[in-house]
Amino acid sequence: MKQLLAFVRKEFYHVFRDKRTLLILFGMPIVQIVLFGLALSSEVKNIGVAVMDNARDVQSEQIIAKIRSSAQFEIKEDELNYKEIEEHFKTGEIKCAVLFPANFGSKLYKAEGAQIQVIADASDPNTATTVANYLNVIVRNYQGELNPNTQLSYQIIPEIRQLYNEEQNGSLNFIPGVIALIFMIVSTALTSVSVVREKEMGTLEILLVSPFKPVLVLLAKAIPYLVLSLIDFIIILLLSVFFLDVEIWGSLPLLFVESTLFIITCLSLGLLISNVTNSQQTAMLISMMGMMLPTMLLTGFMFPLENMPKIFQWISNILPSKYYYAIMKGVMLKGLGFSYVWKETLVLVGMSTVLLFIALKNFKNRLQ
Amino acid sequence: MENKAISCKNLTKQFGDFKAVDRVTFDVEQGEIFGFLGANGAGKTTAMRILCGLSFPTSGEATVAGFDVYKQQEQIKKNIGYMSQKFSLYDNLTILENIVFYGGVYGVSRVDIKIRSDELISTLGLEKEAKKLVGELPLGWKQKLAFSVAIFHRPKIVFLDEPTGGVDPVTRRQFWDMIYQAAESGITVFVTTHYMDEAEYCDRISVMVDGRVEALDSPTNLKNKFQTDTMDNVFYQLARGAKRADS
Repeated sequence: MKQLLAFVRKEFYHVFRDKRTLLILFGMPIVQIVLFGLALSSEVKNIGVAVMDNARDVQSEQIIAKIRSSAQFEIKEDELNYKEIEEHFKTGEIKCAVLFPANFGSKLYKAEGAQIQVIADASDPNTATTVANYLNVIVRNYQGELNPNTQLSYQIIPEIRQLYNEEQNGSLNFIPGVIALIFMIVSTALTSVSVVREKEMGTLEILLVSPFKPVLVLLAKAIPYLVLSLIDFIIILLLSVFFLDVEIWGSLPLLFVESTLFIITCLSLGLLISNVTNSQQTAMLISMMGMMLPTMLLTGFMFPLENMPKIFQWISNILPSKYYYAIMKGVMLKGLGFSYVWKETLVLVGMSTVLLFIALKNFKNRLQ
Repeated sequence: MENKAISCKNLTKQFGDFKAVDRVTFDVEQGEIFGFLGANGAGKTTAMRILCGLSFPTSGEATVAGFDVYKQQEQIKKNIGYMSQKFSLYDNLTILENIVFYGGVYGVSRVDIKIRSDELISTLGLEKEAKKLVGELPLGWKQKLAFSVAIFHRPKIVFLDEPTGGVDPVTRRQFWDMIYQAAESGITVFVTTHYMDEAEYCDRISVMVDGRVEALDSPTNLKNKFQTDTMDNVFYQLARGAKRADS
């Protein structure tokens, strides 16, 4: 036990004296949360819009006023002609343009109805769709104000409720994903690199000649990264709650238990990688390409799994992060209890047991 | 057999058809400096791994510090020290932290660690550097420190695997002074080397060729036997008959 403590203390020295490790450990989660939280927001605000008002009547002015007063749009004050509009699209100053024909107001009260043209920059299709929707709503509202008394005879109004995320907080979806990613980096990549580093330096040999049990070498390597992963987990949770306004619905103890389980899976993976590689670069590469990339692409946190070809859906089934992501989403964002996630938990337990068994077996065999 | 530090009888390690170590028999006396020579691929490392309790022999017998290499690996590990050709301390730990760590791994009590590390640091004259990272030390000092750490837990036998690789002649000489001191204090030294001048410093040498011990005697006797005045020639005459290429 005392030997183990001496070893664990040594591991912490390594971590706290290496700037790069520190940066990965504590810089990475913060940067990722901030990036994913702010930069990847699906909300659209302050879109540059150009208005070309050929009508200049009361009705067109009123609609323009409405666009101006909405938070989503920012109108370019100077009037532009067609050519200038195209130029502004190219430079990216505006994402959309609204054009009123000359006789807008007078046509509005005639049978054929009035038209306006909306041009959106669809090089970013998501923004273009959102912009078009916003403008549609503004125009429809205006229509409603024009004839408040005349109700259409048959009207269906869908009342849409966005369950579990009523405010449409864009951060919700990827926080569990970011957590899985960070665990992969810390527990898989850093752990495997730290074992392989000792192989490269020749210190592992010394440790194996010592009476210190080989299994304890692995344990002593794993403990510090388990602790550090949990600290990262707390950092991410705090950032999510206080910085990104994410509400955590499920029970915190359950979140910690499930996360510890997943960290153990990642650690086993890391130890396994370190057994089969002899250089830090290889270990890093395998962890990054083999583990992190699939985690990003195939767990459903960036791209919906349902839309992927069958083969990718199969592959995703062998990724531990897929199950962890599902658990986290359920517990953290929907407030589900253990009875809803026991299947995924069981899969993770199974995976860690198998991986840990192979890692230990492999480690022992290599010694003989 | 109990009095011998190391005792091997027909020790063999076979990988498939390949006999890395082939019926090797030798004894090492307590307090002796035993040179273990051989060209690359001759089977030195394999033999040494068995004696250090890292792998099992295929057949034959061997005891290290009186413990059986088949059944008492754990006991063997407690009673030996080891230093390899690769550098064996942690660069980003201080001298003191390295000492405390290895002491802890070998289960030396906290009090003993304190007493011995103070003693060690003053013998090496490293009082000012004790809190410095090992990475900042020159290679010669690191090597000397690594040896001191290898015998820090007072082992019965210390295995040195090409300990002076890449070190300048002056430091090598100093390093051998330390080896003599250790031997005088009763520690048996088992050392592999490629430097033939170092071989001359040993009490006895064995030369391995193709997995077998082809010669074993004191340097003087070996030179007489092969009718030459340098160990270089002795080694060359033995090793040129080798069939195995460098591994």
